[in-house]
Amino acid sequence: MSAPNSSYDPVEVTPLRSDEVERMRDEALAAIAAAVTPDDLQKVRVEHVGDRSPIALANREIGALQPQARKEAGQRVGQARGAINQALAARTAEVEAAEEERALVTEAVDVTLPWDVSPVGARHPVTTLSEHIADIFVAMGWEIAEGPEVEAEWLNFDALNLGPDHPARTMQDTFWVTPERAAMVLRTHTSPVQARTMLTRQPPIYVACPGRVFRTDELDATHSPVFHQVEGLAIDEGLSMAHLKGTLDHFAQAIYGDGMTTRFRPSYFPFTEPSAEMDLLCYVCHDEPDAVADCRTCKGEGWVEWGGCGVVNPRVLIACGVDPERYSGFAFGIGIDRTITSRYDIADLRDLFDGDIRFTEPFGVEL
Amino acid sequence: MKVPVSWLRQYVDLPEDLSTVELAARLTAFDLKLEEIESSGISGPLVVGRVLNLVKEEQKNGKTINWCRVDVGAHNDASVPDAPGDDVPSRGIICGAHNFVEGDLVVVSLPGTVLPALGFEIGARKTYGHVSDGMICSGAELGVPGDADGIIVLNPGSAQPGDDAIALLGLGEEVLDLEVNPDRAYALSLRGVARDAAIAFGVPFHDPAALEAVTVATDGPGAYPVVVEDPTACPVFAALTVTGIDPSVPTPAWLAQRIQLAGMRSISLAVDVTNYVMLELGFPIHGYDRSRLRGPLVVRRAADGEKLTTLDGVTRVLTSDDALVTDDRGPVGLGGVMGGQEVEMTPATTDVVIEAAVWTAPMIARTARTQRLSSEAAKRNERGVDPTLPARAVRRVADLLVEYGGGTLAEGLTLIGEAPVRADIVLRADLPARVTGVEIDTVAAVEALEANGCAVEVDHEWLTVTPPPWRSDLTDPYDVVEEVLRVVGYDRVPSILPVAPAGRGLTKAQRLRRRVGTVLAGEGLVEVKTFPFAGTADWDRMGLAPDDVRRRQVMLENPLSAEEPGMSTTLLAGLLRSLVLNIGRGHPDVHITETGRVFLPRGGDAEAPIYGVDRRPTPDELATLDAALPHQPYHVGIVMSGERVRSGWAGAGRPAQWADAVAVVQHLASTLHVDVEVRQAQQAPWHPGRCAAIVLADEVIGHAGELHPRVLKAYGLPARVVAAEVDLDALIAASPEIGTRPDFSSFPVAKEDLALVVDVSVPAGDVQAALAAASPLIESARLFDVYTGEQVPEGKKSLAFALRLRAPDRTLTDEDIRTAREAALATAGAATGATLRA
Repeated sequence: MSAPNSSYDPVEVTPLRSDEVERMRDEALAAIAAAVTPDDLQKVRVEHVGDRSPIALANREIGALQPQARKEAGQRVGQARGAINQALAARTAEVEAAEEERALVTEAVDVTLPWDVSPVGARHPVTTLSEHIADIFVAMGWEIAEGPEVEAEWLNFDALNLGPDHPARTMQDTFWVTPERAAMVLRTHTSPVQARTMLTRQPPIYVACPGRVFRTDELDATHSPVFHQVEGLAIDEGLSMAHLKGTLDHFAQAIYGDGMTTRFRPSYFPFTEPSAEMDLLCYVCHDEPDAVADCRTCKGEGWVEWGGCGVVNPRVLIACGVDPERYSGFAFGIGIDRTITSRYDIADLRDLFDGDIRFTEPFGVEL
Repeated sequence: MKVPVSWLRQYVDLPEDLSTVELAARLTAFDLKLEEIESSGISGPLVVGRVLNLVKEEQKNGKTINWCRVDVGAHNDASVPDAPGDDVPSRGIICGAHNFVEGDLVVVSLPGTVLPALGFEIGARKTYGHVSDGMICSGAELGVPGDADGIIVLNPGSAQPGDDAIALLGLGEEVLDLEVNPDRAYALSLRGVARDAAIAFGVPFHDPAALEAVTVATDGPGAYPVVVEDPTACPVFAALTVTGIDPSVPTPAWLAQRIQLAGMRSISLAVDVTNYVMLELGFPIHGYDRSRLRGPLVVRRAADGEKLTTLDGVTRVLTSDDALVTDDRGPVGLGGVMGGQEVEMTPATTDVVIEAAVWTAPMIARTARTQRLSSEAAKRNERGVDPTLPARAVRRVADLLVEYGGGTLAEGLTLIGEAPVRADIVLRADLPARVTGVEIDTVAAVEALEANGCAVEVDHEWLTVTPPPWRSDLTDPYDVVEEVLRVVGYDRVPSILPVAPAGRGLTKAQRLRRRVGTVLAGEGLVEVKTFPFAGTADWDRMGLAPDDVRRRQVMLENPLSAEEPGMSTTLLAGLLRSLVLNIGRGHPDVHITETGRVFLPRGGDAEAPIYGVDRRPTPDELATLDAALPHQPYHVGIVMSGERVRSGWAGAGRPAQWADAVAVVQHLASTLHVDVEVRQAQQAPWHPGRCAAIVLADEVIGHAGELHPRVLKAYGLPARVVAAEVDLDALIAASPEIGTRPDFSSFPVAKEDLALVVDVSVPAGDVQAALAAASPLIESARLFDVYTGEQVPEGKKSLAFALRLRAPDRTLTDEDIRTAREAALATAGAATGATLRA
């Protein structure tokens, strides 16, 4: 800064000369242009824009000029500062962009590196299929009923028209609870849940009962002492076997897709009369003439066994307090485990129950 | 039921060109479900040969072979000249077996024969220095019963050289193996299957039981004395005696073959004939060696504890539920189930008393069940036989013994009682249509029933049906409906989707169990399903104290394994077994879970009542029944082993630790909007210092933490396995209908850190709980550091908490913050002795 112009004489102030101002501006612009890094820019800002920069100091000299000279000097300095600030802003944007570009390049990673630090969970297909089936029936307005697995003999057998000396009782291969007089069994089917429903609710009844059941079969590739069923029961006025077939056909279509159907063969269950075995149209070959012969799923039959069903025996209705003169109904049951082994081509039923995580993992959380 | 097709055709005029596959398909549609069609699969020139000449030649390998000339009749071939006796037309055959001699009749498979047991076609081949022009067959090679290892030697004179052995041995026979449902007792006979086949194909049926019932007077001089003391157990009893049977006469080949094809062994003529007639008529027959009987046969109930050795050699202890046939010396047969060893027919028997009796079916079922004895007789008697048959059945046996055994029919049939009268079944004529949904008019219904042997009376809207005696299963109107539908065809049932009333969706428990399943999977846990069986070995491995309540199980009468004789009281038994399997199969990091019921016995001797079935039990009766059942809550179990965060290129991971187990349980609880408290606890099988009790409203509902090192050693598991088990039913029951209401303030937060010093024994959870409850302004108190060491006195620890303070209605002042901080300090101090760390 030049000496104070204490005399207020109009004097020539060197820093405000136009060539001086131009020099300061050009030096600043050159420095801005030369700046490459944010640090360079910061330095430029201090040296050429900051309070102690030559141009800022020159600006302060304007006050010392004669009033008539101030305007011109002010314009000159102002224009120079404007040019510097503009150049600085532009260069700052460029440097920041380049800097960001450089950072992004250096921060690049190999995204094929595996990130497998968290274990991945999965749900057992028996669970997910049971839920899927439940959803199908709930969508039809049915409800889902449950009951105990250690069950009273009366509910597992007697109430279902399996009297104490019924030959079908030995067919069932029952686990009996100790002592035998306790009259309890591991339920051999989920049918006692149906009985419980009839005993505690008034018709109309439309319930599906998925659950775990027990028979004294030794564990092998196709038998298990513990397995899973879903049974359905409908009690209403005017229900017939035709409604049973309609329900099963709909069920088959909901699981396996349009065009699926079922067929009945006569059979025997004490709790239904007439009783039927139901076969499901093979969901792989659909019994198409050109595909059925080589079909591994149905072994060339065109149909696969799916379960048992029938019209509820009026004796069961009576034991459960439903008036057989007014109401009739139907019931059916299918094996959940077998549906899974058949659908996923699992050769050994034991895989479902030995707990190897490699069995469950591929199923994820939804079938 | 095994049904040889040629035998079946004897009683029903099936079309000649009907294939066995078509026959089986129709029978299956008639509720006689085909299991399989059995056939030998043998084809080609299989013939009878006579061994003319046999030369034993010792071989270098030490074996001796037979170089034979065999006369095979029309199939002889003299082109092999080097054999002994080559001057006679014959074939040269090498045979390694030695159970035959010159002159024997054998079975020869000539080149071109296919024997499935061998898996290749027989050809002429050079062996042991000769050309063997065929093979002499053993039982095993032909798949026929008998001495499997040896050559089959036919009875002398039973065939001629060159005869077709396929026909002779019944090897061309096809046998239908039918699954007979328990209601179709009649189909456990050729008679019953033939009748259904006749209905199915609309062809004539020839009833093998349609023979003259009695050609000997009842109670003639030769009638064996019988006393039926308990006619409720045995309503009909018939006996007939045949004497002078030649014990040396073998069973005719055709008869032996038929019973063998039907799956029974050929034993002796007398035994074979009783079995033959049982198969033919479906009526079990018993034969006694008359010379071994002493005094009249008496039918009575057994005394409790009375003993009988049945002909399977088992000595059985009986009860008054069982019926006995006795003679003067005691029991000679378990009525309707199995004869006694004492009076069994033997190969030397000449005089036979033939018994055919009707036994009360439920009694037979009970005896067969309690004695675990499912004989052919019991199988038929427990399902119900045709009660009109006894006299004809014994007569049929006697006729065969007279014809083939040279016996003499004794004068006099014993016949006690008569077939009970069957009740008619009355039903509305439209019932079949209403129940099946198929348009079946009265004419069609009556036709179908009459085809089944029913007599039907039509009276306006009503049908009165008299079922035939062989259909003991037909008792109810709906049984009649099934018979009608069987004939009309199950394939005619239409498909109509019923419309259910609007439902209420899943129950709360069902919905929440699904959520829990999803959360567990989200926690990286793999769901397994294990068997809920366990036993002492499990409890010992788990280190449960002798008086641990979990050792009290619901036990099973007939467990599959003595190791696991009852129902499990904890999911950990199955989960730990599954963990052992997974680690044994080479998975280092295993995180598994199971949701399932556990079984907790009620105190005392709980007995579930057996009610009648003629009415609904009262609500009280149902409550009594339910109260007897064991408590069976759903639990969730979790076991984690190995790394919870896996090591990898990004650095070291982290093993699963006690806190992971606790955290999963807390996650479940918060999912269900349930507040659970974690308390320090000691509970097997957990590590005594690393076990958390999960507490809900002051009730312990589960535990979580690290397993006891001794337990892991007992299972052969690696160190530091962690586990949790919690009562899911309790969590779900506590889950509110409406979840936690969102409640937050938009005023600024103030953060205060608080380092407190407490005794090392003070649970951090207690301090945290005290801080959280100290002031309504404290939004949260989070523990961020635990320190023990030089900076705090011996026996103390420092717990550092980050407090977040906020008011619902204003920005906090310095005074608010100071007050809240002091309240926190004071409350924690009062509750846990905490002091501010210097």
